[in-house]
Amino acid sequence: MADKVLMKGNEAIAEAAIIAGCRHYFGYPITPQTEIAAYMAKRMPKIGGCFLQAESEIAAINMVYGVASTGLRVMTSSSSPGISLKGEGLSYLAGADLPSLIINVQRGGPGLGGIQPSQSDYFQATKGAAHGDFHMIVLAPSSVQEMADLTVKGFELADKYRMTSMVLADGTMGQMMEPVSLDYDIKPMPEKPWATTGTKMERFHNITNSLSLVPEELEQLNFARYEKYKTIEEEEAMFEEYMMEDAEICIAAFGIAARVAKNAIVEARKQGIKVGMIRPITLWPFPKKPFEAAAEKCKQFISVELSMGQMIEDVKLATGCKAPVTLCNRAGGMIPSPQQVLESIKEAANGGAK
Amino acid sequence: MRYKRITLLCGHYGSGKTNIAVNMAFDLKNSHKNVAIADLDIVNPYFRTKDSAEEFSKRDIRLICSEYAGSNVDIPALPAEMYALTDDKSMMCVIDVGGDDRGALALGRLAPKILEEKDYEMLLVVNRFRPLTCDAASTVEVMREIESAAGIRFTGIVNNSNLGEETTAQDILDSLSYADKVSAACGLPVFLTTVNEKLYNSLEGKVENLFPLKLQDKIK
Repeated sequence: MADKVLMKGNEAIAEAAIIAGCRHYFGYPITPQTEIAAYMAKRMPKIGGCFLQAESEIAAINMVYGVASTGLRVMTSSSSPGISLKGEGLSYLAGADLPSLIINVQRGGPGLGGIQPSQSDYFQATKGAAHGDFHMIVLAPSSVQEMADLTVKGFELADKYRMTSMVLADGTMGQMMEPVSLDYDIKPMPEKPWATTGTKMERFHNITNSLSLVPEELEQLNFARYEKYKTIEEEEAMFEEYMMEDAEICIAAFGIAARVAKNAIVEARKQGIKVGMIRPITLWPFPKKPFEAAAEKCKQFISVELSMGQMIEDVKLATGCKAPVTLCNRAGGMIPSPQQVLESIKEAANGGAK
Repeated sequence: MRYKRITLLCGHYGSGKTNIAVNMAFDLKNSHKNVAIADLDIVNPYFRTKDSAEEFSKRDIRLICSEYAGSNVDIPALPAEMYALTDDKSMMCVIDVGGDDRGALALGRLAPKILEEKDYEMLLVVNRFRPLTCDAASTVEVMREIESAAGIRFTGIVNNSNLGEETTAQDILDSLSYADKVSAACGLPVFLTTVNEKLYNSLEGKVENLFPLKLQDKIK
């Protein structure tokens, strides 16, 4: 293969997963992420892997549970409505502390919605994928290169913390083509003494299970899980700062919204407006520290989103309401234009919405 | 360029078929009055020939495509009008076939009449920077899969090697040996090497059968 290859975001995810050692993929096709399944269908049989088109999203996520129990790297992918179907399985994976990687290439909703890009599954991904107290690590790529990089990172974090990682992309990220470099130094997987790999009559058998009928014990499991989450919040938050050194206005945006915002920032800077951006790369854990720091010097925050305003709540929490946070958004499959973001920046510069 | 009555563009998805088909239709219109472009894609609801509908209408090029194309209604449907491609022999046609063997299945319906008429060029669009067609062996594999789905044999190769906006003239020159290897492996000529029109001047005279591409607007 050439040093750089031209890939769709969806393909980049699939190839990066294979490079990271994933040999089991289960899925059910849905636009705009079908290329992930199509790519896996071509590649897996050639490398001794398993591609299986499940009869439904629910079946696929439970197949993920099965392979994850054996300690192998496993993945499924879908788009918004399909992720809702997988919700039960996500909760069971969390309850059994199993590592896996889930891809959500979002489309507009709610319901069946449309097939154009969206970021309206932010709440679902970061706060309420399903029942019970649990989190997933949520990674938000903003380029085809990051689609690949964060897939590899997602597997590593999932194994490190025995939990589910989700790559939260959107239809544009999935469909767009960009040159990528797939040169990774894949670290060996950590030991997984809990995995159901066969006892060889040498140890007691392992069980992966989310059923726990003694409330005192179930509480302890939840406490332990949240101790782990605390560590992740302290150590794994990822973000990019763009032109924040002297910024008086701070944009918060992830994924495709951050790319649009960058164009608007360049234009606003030409007009003498001191504006910058904090781009969360992990949505959970949310990168609170840069926002806390920005709240000390910025007079206004603008959350740019392809939703009715979801991440804005985390921006408000992280900034402690020290400055107003306004929303610049489109929904239902539409993308804000750089012009729309620029207008929001100008409004903020002129004293802006309160 | 000398065109057969029907030019079929097939290849791996994302290989550049649609952009090439659109540009070929424009080029055909320079030398022929009755020109049609057909979108046979039943796989991908995005990046369709129909995105250039206004341009075709301006140039009086007949566009044959599903009314669902570009409508976000994700339905693999084809219009009855596509039979005009083989029925109306006074029409010069460019046919943009869907990606991979799955996309080429739709061509099977037209194949018997195309073969009977024997006035077609079926071109495999290849890009060495796409990982599933990065060498001659994998490219020929894709080629054979498409042929068996379509029921028609290829007659030539279009070398559309590119890295999107990062493509340099050197990338194109470097891709020529890849195209030659594909050509040797399947015994078919390199019909065209296509480049973004921005690179055309720097490569003119250095590459045989060079064809400039004006890229379709992605966002309306």
